[in-house]
Amino acid sequence: MSRIESATKSRPPNPTLAVWKFASCDGCQLSLLDCEDDLLAVAGRLDIAYFPEASSRMATGPYDVSLVEGSITTQHDRERIVEIRRQSRSLITIGACATAGGIQALRNGANIEEFMGIVYAHPEFISTLETSTPIADHVEVDFELRGCPIDRGQLVEVIAAHLAGRPARIPTTSVCVQCKSRGNPCIMVAHGTPCLGPVTQSGCNALCPAYNRGCYGCFGPMESPNTQSLAQQLTHLGMDDAEIARTFRSYNGWAQPFRDEANRRSPTEVAVAFGRTGRGEPS
Amino acid sequence: MTHKNVDFHVPVLARVEGEGAMHVTVANGEVTDVRLEIYEPPRFFEALLRGRDYTEPVDITARICGICPVAYQMSAAHSIERACGVTIGGSIRELRRLLYCGEWIESHVLHIGFLHAPDFLGYHSGIAIAADHPEMVERVLTLKKTGNAVVDVVGGRPIHPVNVRLGGFYRAPTRQELTSLVPKLEEAREICIDLIRWTAGFDFPELSHDYEFVSLRHPDEYPFNEGRIVSNRGLDIDASEFEQVSVEEHVAHSTALHSRFRDGHWYQVGPLARYANNFDLLPSDVQALAVEVGMGPVETNPFKSIVVRGLETLFAIEEALRVINAYVPPEQPFVEVPARAGEGWAATEAPRGLLYHRYRIDDGGRILEAQIIPPTAQNQPCIESDLRRFVAANLHLDLDELQLRCEQTIRNYDPCISCSTHFLKLTIDDAIHNAIDDAEIS
Repeated sequence: MSRIESATKSRPPNPTLAVWKFASCDGCQLSLLDCEDDLLAVAGRLDIAYFPEASSRMATGPYDVSLVEGSITTQHDRERIVEIRRQSRSLITIGACATAGGIQALRNGANIEEFMGIVYAHPEFISTLETSTPIADHVEVDFELRGCPIDRGQLVEVIAAHLAGRPARIPTTSVCVQCKSRGNPCIMVAHGTPCLGPVTQSGCNALCPAYNRGCYGCFGPMESPNTQSLAQQLTHLGMDDAEIARTFRSYNGWAQPFRDEANRRSPTEVAVAFGRTGRGEPS
Repeated sequence: MTHKNVDFHVPVLARVEGEGAMHVTVANGEVTDVRLEIYEPPRFFEALLRGRDYTEPVDITARICGICPVAYQMSAAHSIERACGVTIGGSIRELRRLLYCGEWIESHVLHIGFLHAPDFLGYHSGIAIAADHPEMVERVLTLKKTGNAVVDVVGGRPIHPVNVRLGGFYRAPTRQELTSLVPKLEEAREICIDLIRWTAGFDFPELSHDYEFVSLRHPDEYPFNEGRIVSNRGLDIDASEFEQVSVEEHVAHSTALHSRFRDGHWYQVGPLARYANNFDLLPSDVQALAVEVGMGPVETNPFKSIVVRGLETLFAIEEALRVINAYVPPEQPFVEVPARAGEGWAATEAPRGLLYHRYRIDDGGRILEAQIIPPTAQNQPCIESDLRRFVAANLHLDLDELQLRCEQTIRNYDPCISCSTHFLKLTIDDAIHNAIDDAEIS
């Protein structure tokens, strides 16, 4: 019996689930469909009321659980998330965009007019905010599931825990803990490979070190990370301040501890635009 | 009766990746307006890549699309390697093909079983099909899982794989890791053949057209990463010439830029295009199965793309088995790609069609300029043309049926709106905005 089934035995009627998308790549909600072994069990225990990527049935709210993917980048979305919160008994954000603003938060601090000019011929057609921000900056969030993308097993755990009315078992320790339990040799110590594992929350099962690669921070900052100490280590390994800042400024770069460390190392560096006219012929 | 006036708006398209809407207007029996509206918010990738290191687009551009991250990784890697004067051969090249096989399997099967089949069978979702046909859906899930397993083993995880880098991979899989996939792939092959036969028996609306089909063409292999950009009308160019013949338009109803040829005509990319341009390069048993289920070497009815996706899935399964059986791990998992000032271009075949990248970098490896043209941006004019012709020929249908079939006409292309949105929120007029609001939350 799967975790989902055991958690929800004899518990009718099924709670309703809604899945919402904001600025994002679709990958985190795809993770739900990628739970092949658990998908039909989930579908049997939850009433999938609103999940446009998977179903043309779009039931109206309120919903028992909302999963929210993506960050807030437009005025319209800023209003939409407030309404979704109002319609949701429980709201869970999934992924780095929803929990930290995502890679598109690299715009934060840059000149958005210039960004629009680089991509579009008609910036006047476009309405966008100057920032990409996490959902929790706008509404109360009941649980934040990290990752770029999220881990399928953790998603199933969060849903199962919710159905069972217990807290989700999602560790907030560093990647190093999983790396040790997996038996990986430390690539930073043994090979001098720069690695964000010591300051990054676990959840990926120390995937990158298992592939001879330094962690690049998909799951965002762990609880109480010592980023300054790690940055010193990265300096010892030969990285200059600009590289260190860039390393922290990626998928979770707008999360406070990573943002602070990047700014300590290179306060002026924002994603640089070199100036060019917009693309696309006028239509 | 035949409708004289029709005006419908579908504010949230279901079973597509990303956020889009559809608008159709018919006045006095004439189709006056069809629009596939893309309102996905802009994410400005081409701007935020500027100033980043040349090693980073492989990971950063994967985040454009969670459905086809491998395609982004491959187009980014090949274009930057070209800028640096490096070409990849041997086992590393084979591993890249294997990785792409995995993505085609998972992406195509998701579309066949979960996004497209419900249209033909009258269900609102693939999960709903499971209520009546659990064994069929279980088998589709097994097939999809096999594609994910291939990407998992080669790339580290199915979505945003971590193992791809410039020059190859961080770690080459062992022979044993790859051969562990063989039983799954062999089972998948049988399931896929059944799936093709099953979908070929669906009832297909008529909508044929003499399309210009654009895809890669390689002399020896059904294309993933390499080849010239060709069409059935004589186009035959290198990726470096692509922007000389194509042009992107910024239209007010889409955050995606529309791509056309400079002479103004539109074209189609994706499974039907690849199949038409490369049928002779499919393995003989895949060709034979195509003939058995009634498909010619060129298919011009986009509703039958579901069958072509099945045939491409079968090819990907067989190609994966071929690569695995011949696999000898490379001595080094990657070749060095030293930075040098220059510009590089590459097009690879994402599941949805041609994905073009161009990068200009300086001698320190800093990115000066990035350009990305995703498949759905290229298909958007083609989709709208299909809609226009479909509506004009089917004004006798019940309005609910007509609307459903129009949505299906869009889903024929498996549009990936997350990627096509290059990245803006366009200004949609107030009436549409309100309709979106009403549908999204009501």
